[in-house]
Amino acid sequence: MSPAPAATAVDIARAVRAGERRAVDVTDEHLARVGEREQELHAFNHVMAEEARAAAAAVDGAVAAGRDPGPLAGVPVVLKDNLCTRGVPTTCSSRILEGWRPPYDATVVTRLREAGAVVIGKTNLDEFAMGSSSENSAFGPTRNPHDPSRVPGGSSGGSAAAVAAGFAPLALGSDTGGSIRQPAALCGVVGVKPTYGLVSRYGLVAFASSLDQIGPLATTVADAALLLEVIAGHDPADSTSVPRPAPELVAALDEGVDGLRVGVLTELTEGASPDVAARVEQAARALEAAGAKLDEASVPAATYGLSAYYLIAPAEASSNLARYDGARYGLRVDGPDVGAMYTATRSAGFGAEVKRRIMLGTYALSAGYYDAYYGQAQRVRTLIIRDFEAAYATHDLLLAPTTPTTAFALGAKTGDPWAMYLSDVCTVPSNLAGQPALSVPFGSGDDGLPVGVQVLAPALGEVAMFRAAAALEGAGAGPSGPARERS
Amino acid sequence: MTATATGWETVVGLEVHCELATATKLFCGCRNAFGDEPNTNVCPVCLGLPGSLPVLNRQAVELAMRIGAALHCEVRPSIFHRKNYFYPDMPKDYQISQYDEPINVGGWLDLPDGTRVGVTRAHLEEDTGKTTHVGTSGRIHGADRALVDYNRAGVPLVEIVSEPDIRSPEQAAAYVNELRALLVAVGASDARMEEGSLRIDANVSVRPLRSGPQPAAGATELGTRAEIKNLNSVRSLRRALDHETARQSALLEAGAPVVQETRHWNEDEGRTSSMRSKEEAFDYRYFPEPDLVPVAPDEQWRAAVADTLPVLPAARRESLAAKAGVAPAEVALVVDRGLDDLVEAVIDGGADPRLALARAANELAADLDRARALDPAAFTALLRMEADRRLTATQAKSVLAELLSSGGDPAEIAAAAGYEALGGDVLAEAVDAAVAAHPAEWARLRDGEQKLMGFFVGKVMAATRGRADGRAVTEALRTRL
Amino acid sequence: MAGRISRDDVAHVAGLARLRLTDEELERFTDQLATVLEHAADVAALDTAGVPPTAHPLPLANVFRDDAPVAGLDRDEVLAAAPAVEDGRFRVPRILGDAP
Repeated sequence: MSPAPAATAVDIARAVRAGERRAVDVTDEHLARVGEREQELHAFNHVMAEEARAAAAAVDGAVAAGRDPGPLAGVPVVLKDNLCTRGVPTTCSSRILEGWRPPYDATVVTRLREAGAVVIGKTNLDEFAMGSSSENSAFGPTRNPHDPSRVPGGSSGGSAAAVAAGFAPLALGSDTGGSIRQPAALCGVVGVKPTYGLVSRYGLVAFASSLDQIGPLATTVADAALLLEVIAGHDPADSTSVPRPAPELVAALDEGVDGLRVGVLTELTEGASPDVAARVEQAARALEAAGAKLDEASVPAATYGLSAYYLIAPAEASSNLARYDGARYGLRVDGPDVGAMYTATRSAGFGAEVKRRIMLGTYALSAGYYDAYYGQAQRVRTLIIRDFEAAYATHDLLLAPTTPTTAFALGAKTGDPWAMYLSDVCTVPSNLAGQPALSVPFGSGDDGLPVGVQVLAPALGEVAMFRAAAALEGAGAGPSGPARERS
Repeated sequence: MTATATGWETVVGLEVHCELATATKLFCGCRNAFGDEPNTNVCPVCLGLPGSLPVLNRQAVELAMRIGAALHCEVRPSIFHRKNYFYPDMPKDYQISQYDEPINVGGWLDLPDGTRVGVTRAHLEEDTGKTTHVGTSGRIHGADRALVDYNRAGVPLVEIVSEPDIRSPEQAAAYVNELRALLVAVGASDARMEEGSLRIDANVSVRPLRSGPQPAAGATELGTRAEIKNLNSVRSLRRALDHETARQSALLEAGAPVVQETRHWNEDEGRTSSMRSKEEAFDYRYFPEPDLVPVAPDEQWRAAVADTLPVLPAARRESLAAKAGVAPAEVALVVDRGLDDLVEAVIDGGADPRLALARAANELAADLDRARALDPAAFTALLRMEADRRLTATQAKSVLAELLSSGGDPAEIAAAAGYEALGGDVLAEAVDAAVAAHPAEWARLRDGEQKLMGFFVGKVMAATRGRADGRAVTEALRTRL
Repeated sequence: MAGRISRDDVAHVAGLARLRLTDEELERFTDQLATVLEHAADVAALDTAGVPPTAHPLPLANVFRDDAPVAGLDRDEVLAAAPAVEDGRFRVPRILGDAP
């Protein structure tokens, strides 16, 4: 027997704030859903049932006492397991951090708690967010709720699967090259990568610092907007945080797209499979029907995005991941001297993909290669930004596929890193440019699996981006309700 | 060991690491304090915990700018890089440092002997934690484990890199002393070497003296240099430079090359040894620190820093020396201890300059905290009493000690202590008594055995319990002769 | 531009990164890194004369904090996470050389 369709975060928060529903009941209802399908899907590294019930009870107490319980009162949220949670294991799905309990909360986690959200668990990911299928987890893969023989995408695969399965209406992920948008597309949910610096990275375990950005995953555009409003805004603990308040997104959602200039991004659409490309075309026409001005747009340098990304991200990662050396926290494999201990620890603690990227990045930074690789990739980044600026001179938004294909089978690409990396081809340009982009579900592919359409905007262009996403959602092609395995 | 091998000139460039006197660390709000219990001034940032991010301390930037301005550097827009290497004292296994775009470039420092030493750069970086090697010997060799305290990790440092303009161990010592005085004067650092807040690496090479026995060829070019680490005092610096000069010149005289390498100074053994482990060639893989944004001090900030710089030691030495009528080198200690304002004030008040300098360099320098609170008028009055021989030197020092500890009027202190200059009668009686008591010695003095003068002065001083003025006693004895 | 990455290059890089690879891993990673670097060659071949590198997508500068102490972490909590502790400090095996 199917559970009742999951309520949205907007509905839950309204009902809890009004005293119509108790947060503890909402929490138990979602934990029950987790109990039903978690074994099959493996969305979580850690379910926080007790902490969640305690947080929910505190929300109920606030409501009963007449205090403002916050805009996300009683809303269950799951966190990608690379976000630090005080006293709660934070593993990045890596052996090297197994058992580590951070002594502090990430800024986004603090903001969620203050907003009355109820964190129900930490979700699985590709180790240190390096991957596009969630198969690189040291603790086993997550499966796609729409078809458990398929991957949920990655690296925020656990978060996307949890939202798609109705475990929670909201999730946080991190997006370095597409790690929110790609799994959102493959799982049929909304996923947002905000402008670089809009959301504090403090407490997000770093993969590639100049690209990483935390963002929401949700079943609806409105829920994603609500969550982003809560987590966005300046944080003095992150030097790269944009010094301005969170944008007002929810209020803008019903403003429509009348008069917005939307360009279909040719370079990114050409490479997509025909069924995905058709959905992008359909989405463009839907926006046009809603009043947007439509044409084609070009960002030529975006074709170099993937190659530049796979130099920059590994380079920064090679440095960010140096600290996992067995001296201060996490795994230690002992050795006769400190150097031997480092090597033994890191060799045992990191999985193959992480090692691959650390080596690639170390090589790209090493003496004699810096200019040709890392330095050149940073210059290409400038070219991509310039091309985007040219496109945005005549457009408000750009439209593209989120992924070249729908969800692929587990194991299909694990033996061929470059084939796996190609999953990010449509998403990395926004990370390199530091610009926002979101994926909104828009129908399905020939295989019946969800397709995501990507809306790209210039830096800090989140409001228009969300308006377009709301219009696409309203066009009616997106799947609704929790994903169930097709029989 | 000889200071320099004959025929060879030492060429030295110094890298001085100076801990800044901020309240907090460079990238987090942990206290910047020396001597606290291990690992009590730590947080996610300075422990390099996953997810933590650095935020730059504005005061550290300002102090770096003060150092730059005082060293006549160009204060520039700058960025931070990551210097990647694995070592247990570095929590992130990279150090955040400035690399090819440092905040200060191209200045100089003038030494008391008139030498101008170029300053290549003075950049900001974070300090490392403190490693203790534990085991049989307590030193790095023979230790079986190491313990790490991260209280110092992330403390702000400015690394001041000189040009290779230094030509002797003495000059190197003078450079460090002058730099210390400057760092203290601008309020950038307490510059306490014994607490590690000033640490020195030396780049040393030798080359033939142009006028020496070696051929002149190549003497204007620099030899291959070695970098000497672990110099924790000015004394170590001088010893290490002496040793290294001898080592390198001996190699060259034997026809062997000097290897460009890093060498460790062993204080106990008094020698340097190669640090390079065989397989390791360091490749720091510098790249711009993505967690920080550029520092671009505007003109207003730079001007404000320059405007609030104090008068620097070199200028202060010249000022005081001119006022006292002595050479600048003679007032270096008084300026170094920050007593020059006081000494200038008492000279202006009519005190004898040499006497004022002597008391400042000795009694006041020994009790600096109190000396800084000393009332210049009282000090002036005391110096005049001594110059007028109303007090003996011993009595004056005693009054000064009282002034330092309790303050007050020197005349009243002297009176209360019974320090009235001895009348001529009392002195004459004491001289008579001394002569009568030691007729044989007196005869020998009269015969020209001058060293006995001291004997009689001592006897008279003892008889008057030190109240007599030494010069007056000598005079009375001479008259008697 | 460098030629194809070699096994020796990969072994050297693994050493820099403090990773030990089996022969099989060394072989496989050499091929895989070579594939990625072939694609990177497109990037390396681009004419970027006069193009400044972007180290940061947003033009921020002068982000500071005040020099005011903030409470840090409790030492017991910090050391509880450590693999080995002695005398209030983190313990590691013996260190063979000075810091560079």
